Amino acid sequence: MSDKTNRRDFLGMSFAAVAAVGGAASLVGMKQAWDPLPSVLAAGFTKIDLAKIDLVPGKPQTFTWRGKPIFVLEKTADMENFDGDLVIGDKRYTISIGLCTHLGCIPAWKKDKWKCACHGGEFNSNGQQTFGPPPKPLNIPPFSVNGTVLTLGEEGEQSKAMMAARA
Amino acid sequence: MAEIKESFFSAEGLEKRLAGKKFWKTMMTEYWIPKDINFLWAMGVVLATTFAILIISGIFLLMYYKPDTALAFDSVNYTIMQDVAYGWLFRHMHGVAASVVFLIIYIHMFTGIYYGSYKKGREMIWLSGMLLFVTFSAEGFSGYMLPWGQMSYWAAAVITNLFAGGSLEAWGLVEWIRGGFAVNDATLTRFFMLHVFLLPLVIIKLIVVHFYTLRIPHVNNQSSEDIDYDAEAEKYLAGNKKESKVIPFWPVFLSKDFAVLGIFLIFYFYLVFFNYNFAMDPVNFDPANPMKTPAHIYPEWYFLWSYETLRGPFFDMFGLKAGDIGLMIFGFAQIAFLIIPFIDRDPDILPAHKRPRFFIWFWIMIIDLLVLTVYGKLPPTGANAWVGFYATAVFLLLFASMPFVTKADAKARGAL
Repeated sequence: MSDKTNRRDFLGMSFAAVAAVGGAASLVGMKQAWDPLPSVLAAGFTKIDLAKIDLVPGKPQTFTWRGKPIFVLEKTADMENFDGDLVIGDKRYTISIGLCTHLGCIPAWKKDKWKCACHGGEFNSNGQQTFGPPPKPLNIPPFSVNGTVLTLGEEGEQSKAMMAARA
Repeated sequence: MAEIKESFFSAEGLEKRLAGKKFWKTMMTEYWIPKDINFLWAMGVVLATTFAILIISGIFLLMYYKPDTALAFDSVNYTIMQDVAYGWLFRHMHGVAASVVFLIIYIHMFTGIYYGSYKKGREMIWLSGMLLFVTFSAEGFSGYMLPWGQMSYWAAAVITNLFAGGSLEAWGLVEWIRGGFAVNDATLTRFFMLHVFLLPLVIIKLIVVHFYTLRIPHVNNQSSEDIDYDAEAEKYLAGNKKESKVIPFWPVFLSKDFAVLGIFLIFYFYLVFFNYNFAMDPVNFDPANPMKTPAHIYPEWYFLWSYETLRGPFFDMFGLKAGDIGLMIFGFAQIAFLIIPFIDRDPDILPAHKRPRFFIWFWIMIIDLLVLTVYGKLPPTGANAWVGFYATAVFLLLFASMPFVTKADAKARGAL
């Protein structure tokens, strides 16, 4: 290989290196421009104080977390106890993301279960699928518990254990 | 380049600088088209015209549309539909053209498949055309989000949710695409950018590539005859027009195209003025509501067949989740037709009616796509789910069998 070829190789490789670094850096920038904004991420946590929401046993309430509906149900005495329940004091709660695990419709509470109007799926008061096309139980959002306050979006011991019990 | 002495402000001067006559000859008067074609060969010009209609009507919509979740719905349904003079016309033209463009794309595509216009020298035309189809699909999907009605929102939610399917969820891909945890303002604005700028730019470039890849190998013809274009062109230019097998693109071929285009435009404007409702889903006249799902979600008709392959496998198989299998088949369906030139093992270019086994394959494919389309619109319950399942299986089997079907034809003909 002559000296000339080496010099050209060096120029070529230098150019490739500069172009690669510049290209990679701009891709990182462009990727991050599409990331959720800090304000969106900061709003990704929702607090629910179970003692202050006037929950009536047997009548679930719906909250919003990260644009998704969250079902909070205080169980009545005649509803079966379930390992996937959230237990605080002597009260038992069912916490679920209110999106049907079939195709993402929002099921409605009918007397003692959630029924999905889209394709007829049903979930019992534990959030488990009992009828129709849903392939798995309603999902449980990650949350942590502090007294009676749930912080949705913060993975805690209970939500992990509840999800494991439900699956 | 030689120095040009003729004045810039003279016809000869301009001709010397731009060689317009040579360009016109290459692209128009000496771009040869076979005589042995039918109205199906006019679909390219019909598509180019429909795309032009989409751009022009889109420009007028763009001047009043507001890509903001608080304003988008009203900017479309009040400002454009009721205040802007002829705003309703531009919206209906845009919506109907977006629907009809897919009808013509499908006709164009299956003309190519029927006459074997995708193989042996014409692969690049096929590939650029299929890329156009994929880009048009993205363009249609991103545009459907903009009116910010219930169907806009939930179609966006369901389709972006595909990127959270199976093991993709851990990558945070869906949040990245949406710019948030759910479809939101950032999602609307970025899809607006894609719809009015990036994707049209890509489409225009791909159309140029598509024309370019066609110019050298020339279009196929009804009997798939291999024409010696130089010899036939010589005959035509010598005045032997009757004997020559070719005609120039301009003015002869385009004049025929314009006749087909005229009929198409009458049909199109009939839809725009009297039957636009098929492109305007009533559910989409409810403003987007993330807390309330419409009872039944379905895409526009042109996506139904691939949507049905997503839903087709509704139970777990081979140790895989139903949802994951559906996602894989759906992914394959998007690019399935890209691979046709490479799984067709017949060495000859022939129309389907001269390839008896492929002829049957072709019509089963058409029927299967129609079945998938019809059942994609129906709720996937009971027997419907099974029809969807079997139609999806047939779709996959057709692609798996294509190498053997085409090879068997070639053997029977003695070509292999």
